[in-house]
Amino acid sequence: MVMTMPARAMRPDRPTPQAVLAALDGVPDPEIPAVSIVELGMIGSIDVGADEIVVELLPTFVGCPALEVIRDAVTARVAELGRPVRVEVSFATPWSSDRISNAGREKLRASGFAPPAAVRPGRELPMLDAAVAPVACPYCGSLRTTLENVFGPTQCRSIRHCADCRQPFESFKPV
Amino acid sequence: MTSAAVPPPQRAANAPDPWLRDPLAELLLTMADDEFVSGFTDSEWTGIAPLLEEDVAISSISQDELGHARALYQLLAGVLDDGRDEDAIAFDREPEDYRHARLLDHPRGDWASTIARRFLYELADEARLASIGDGWPPLADLVGKLRREERYHRMHLVAWVNRLANGGEEARRRLTAALEELGPDAATVFTPLAGEGTLLEAGILTRSMADAESAWRADLTGILVPLGLPLPHAMPQSPAGRQGHSDAFRWLWGEFTAVRHSEDGATW
Repeated sequence: MVMTMPARAMRPDRPTPQAVLAALDGVPDPEIPAVSIVELGMIGSIDVGADEIVVELLPTFVGCPALEVIRDAVTARVAELGRPVRVEVSFATPWSSDRISNAGREKLRASGFAPPAAVRPGRELPMLDAAVAPVACPYCGSLRTTLENVFGPTQCRSIRHCADCRQPFESFKPV
Repeated sequence: MTSAAVPPPQRAANAPDPWLRDPLAELLLTMADDEFVSGFTDSEWTGIAPLLEEDVAISSISQDELGHARALYQLLAGVLDDGRDEDAIAFDREPEDYRHARLLDHPRGDWASTIARRFLYELADEARLASIGDGWPPLADLVGKLRREERYHRMHLVAWVNRLANGGEEARRRLTAALEELGPDAATVFTPLAGEGTLLEAGILTRSMADAESAWRADLTGILVPLGLPLPHAMPQSPAGRQGHSDAFRWLWGEFTAVRHSEDGATW
């Protein structure tokens, strides 16, 4: 222990978990750069230990091909805080679209993506039940929208159509 | 599937007890191979599905399945701990060493055949996932996530079965023929596992494959009987349900290993 103290003294102060989270808020989603991975709710726990920072990363979809890019970006960003970092991809807390923050939802909408309807326990597939969970068009706000395809250009997105402004748009899949 | 640099998460902390290793590896391999082979088979539709919307849908479902396979192979790599990563397990085996169910040995076929095969498989996979308990947390955690995604697959395939059943004489005839052709192999997803008793004892499984099969048959009955479509017959189960693969699978194997075999040891 005594031997390591001089080395420790040379290091920057141990960051708070809040500081790590703030740093990660600068990591964009590679496919929708308008939102950060923090706003998408992809960060689980942050453990700032004496020797390393452990970040728990929650994949939006198990097979998300952007995960490698995101993990590398998280590692690089946290490393700037001057400590070794370990990123653990975890399913212990299953990511749900309910984890997307209000700020994240607003940024999605501004980018032309309808945010997902709330999943909440006990309700299955809310996107299909327009009476319970209408999806507003991100362009004109109309609720007269229809689901064209549950499956979209990426695993986390669906395709909808607005009957008022006649615009196709994408919505986040509730999961 | 990339990168040997990704360590299987928390390998040491979650290493199973030695007596669980072989039964767990068998379960993970069968689940992963089912997802992997079915994902590759249906990715053959990319670009040529009957509708543009369906091209997107079947491709997305296939991508999900390959991602699920990858996560399961990663868990398996941690359990085996023999130096192979998920890519080595997925691609560096001979065709006869794959343990996917014979249901998934059938070729892509026509659209009705694909819908019938995937419908039978999705509902079987759902019954199997519902049989995984919390005996080994890494698998229980992953399964919790998989089930959220698989709901969309079920919904899509049930919608297609209804659509073809009520879609006119030709659609109904093709779907009926496909269900009859696949019927004898449909229940092979529930081929008993050699280590099933151990998995039940450890709470990794909460019910036997035979009980999962019963739940699946009840589920199928509720959908197929009202549509007047044939149910798969009950067949005696044997280990052959996951062995002795078809020429169609050997061809597919040649396709999905082509890139890997083009340059041994290459990484990207």
